[in-house]
Amino acid sequence: MSRAEIFANIRRGLRRTEATEAQKEAVRQRLQQHPRNRIPARSLHEHDAQVELFIRMAQEAAAEVIELESLEQVPTAAANTLEAKGQNELVLASDDSLANLGWAEVHERIECHQRVGQVGDQASLTLAFAGIAETGTLMLYSRPDSPTTLNFLPDTHLVVLSKQDIVGPYEDAWDRLRESAPGRLPRTVNMITGPSRSADIEQKLQMGAHGPRQLVIFLIP
Amino acid sequence: MDIKSPEFKQSARIALQDANLQKALGNLKAGFPGKRAAAVARVPEFEELRDQAHDLKNHILEHLDLYLEEFEARVVENGGQVHWCSTSEDARQTILQICREQNAKTVTKGKSMVTEEINLNEFLEENDIRPVETDLGEYILQLRGDHPSHIIAPAIHLNLEDVSEAFHEHHKRPKSDDPAELMAEAREMLRKQFVAADVGITGANFLVAETGSTLIVTNEGNGDLTQTLPKTHIVVSSIEKVVPTLEDMSLFLRLLARSATGQEYSVYNTLSSGNRRPDDQDGPENFHVVLVDNGRSDMVGTQFQDMLRCIRCSACMNHCPVYGSVGGHSYGWVYPGPMGSVLTPQMIGIEKAGLLPNASTFCGKCEEVCPVRIPLPKLMRHWREKEYEKHLSPKAVRWGLSGWAFLATRPRLYRLFSSSASKVMRMLGGGKGKVTKLPLAAGWTDHRDMPTPTGKTFMQQWDERQKQEKQP
Repeated sequence: MSRAEIFANIRRGLRRTEATEAQKEAVRQRLQQHPRNRIPARSLHEHDAQVELFIRMAQEAAAEVIELESLEQVPTAAANTLEAKGQNELVLASDDSLANLGWAEVHERIECHQRVGQVGDQASLTLAFAGIAETGTLMLYSRPDSPTTLNFLPDTHLVVLSKQDIVGPYEDAWDRLRESAPGRLPRTVNMITGPSRSADIEQKLQMGAHGPRQLVIFLIP
Repeated sequence: MDIKSPEFKQSARIALQDANLQKALGNLKAGFPGKRAAAVARVPEFEELRDQAHDLKNHILEHLDLYLEEFEARVVENGGQVHWCSTSEDARQTILQICREQNAKTVTKGKSMVTEEINLNEFLEENDIRPVETDLGEYILQLRGDHPSHIIAPAIHLNLEDVSEAFHEHHKRPKSDDPAELMAEAREMLRKQFVAADVGITGANFLVAETGSTLIVTNEGNGDLTQTLPKTHIVVSSIEKVVPTLEDMSLFLRLLARSATGQEYSVYNTLSSGNRRPDDQDGPENFHVVLVDNGRSDMVGTQFQDMLRCIRCSACMNHCPVYGSVGGHSYGWVYPGPMGSVLTPQMIGIEKAGLLPNASTFCGKCEEVCPVRIPLPKLMRHWREKEYEKHLSPKAVRWGLSGWAFLATRPRLYRLFSSSASKVMRMLGGGKGKVTKLPLAAGWTDHRDMPTPTGKTFMQQWDERQKQEKQP
């Protein structure tokens, strides 16, 4: 049996059989308290500065950031953005906050669906759980009203992020995640920094490998 | 893949004369080191992060059994299964069985060096299951019947024309010399495969004990499509990749992309914790983690334990003058460069891999850039010692070392020899300061000049200074 063999081998290397109580305690404590390691000072600032850093870093990673005055402006902004890209179809996450917006007002400009992502989808719209200023990273997670395929299959990924959900370092996002999903993580947590890319051909960077070719962030208050 | 490490010398000689390979390696040398340096310069805390990562990895290794047990328990709570595999064969059989349970015909694959290590693709094909590599570089290699020559830039040994040729042959479309067009072609071709696959196999960069999650890091998004669309997701990883918490994972992620590609952060960092939840509309129904040992547990508590800190960033090979000259395939197995020269002897035996730890100038650049401070030159030296102890070193090396030991343990004789050798060298140099031909050392002088000694030997200078100091 491989399992027993592997563990016996590890313990032989560590020159012990069972771990001591002190060793077990050290592990328990680390897992329960999840202490933070050194966090680069770059993101440890006032919230306004974090928002500014998020925008700068996301843009550096080739994401488009569009600031809106309210969530209600999203349908029009989405229609404008897609039109500029020659697209007219959008798959929405069924999050109430997104689904209940005034999509009827733009129905002549974009056709909206609520479902999982499919091959051939032009664009999707999902809601970010957090934005991490340190590297301009979006954090999204899977749940019944926000299928993961929407984050990866469409050509254009539109993401709504509230400024209030922008944190400095990853560690702040982990704390928020633990709070919102106590006990266990959602099935998948996606950290997304800019659109898909590859440099596998001659080390020359090309955008749009397998994931979305464009990532647009609608930043709301 | 077949083991060709014993042929390192011939492979290296051919590689040095391969103009296309040298052109491709130029892309590596022009890219990675500069990008890493720029990324590191933006984080003043970088050296401190390296220290912490070094210490944390050591803590993990001291408690490896405990963290692995925690990881397993959490995976099971999340609805997944963990399979422990001592050998490559165990891992192959385990994966095959899961595939058969699903009646799998097609398997999509995210980039995974552990699946290279266990030779998974060939094995699946032999068993009538079609593996489809989805990372762009790996896809190119699969079409060409080739293997990765680098752990994060697998097709670094190829040029645009090679890719264009391979796509033209397999996709039956006109050739293109535009990388963007070629990538769009691969995207289109692979879209169908992602949806058709019955099983998706990915690797894992980290295993998080706290949450029972596996994490993959990609820039393309292929790993995410691989693990989201099929009914079954198999993660193939190795036991040393476990980390305690999400905070600890973040420490390593701050080092990984910067050390590897010089990015601030890779585009997609994705945590997977078990199978599809009730009411979820997508995601795999089955979640398996196959943990491969393959000699790693044997390294715990030995002089090679430091190697288990490796996070597979590739900085060591990106900065290695030997790798940069001969490319990854010359090393003759899965892991090339300095990290490969330490790992390969462990996995395939020093008998077959003895030339690899010798293929180093010990310039120390690898250790200098390693994010977890692995003393790679020291570990290569340990392998050289083992090789010598096992009487595997070539006769010339053994005779040379015995001759040197004979002289070195007889100081008078040694001084006599070194001062006369120094004179002879100067004579051969004829005032040019270099020797272009030296008897018995053509291996050196064919490719570079040997500098001649510039003055007296160390001992001569020492004696003179001692005398001077004694004079008032």
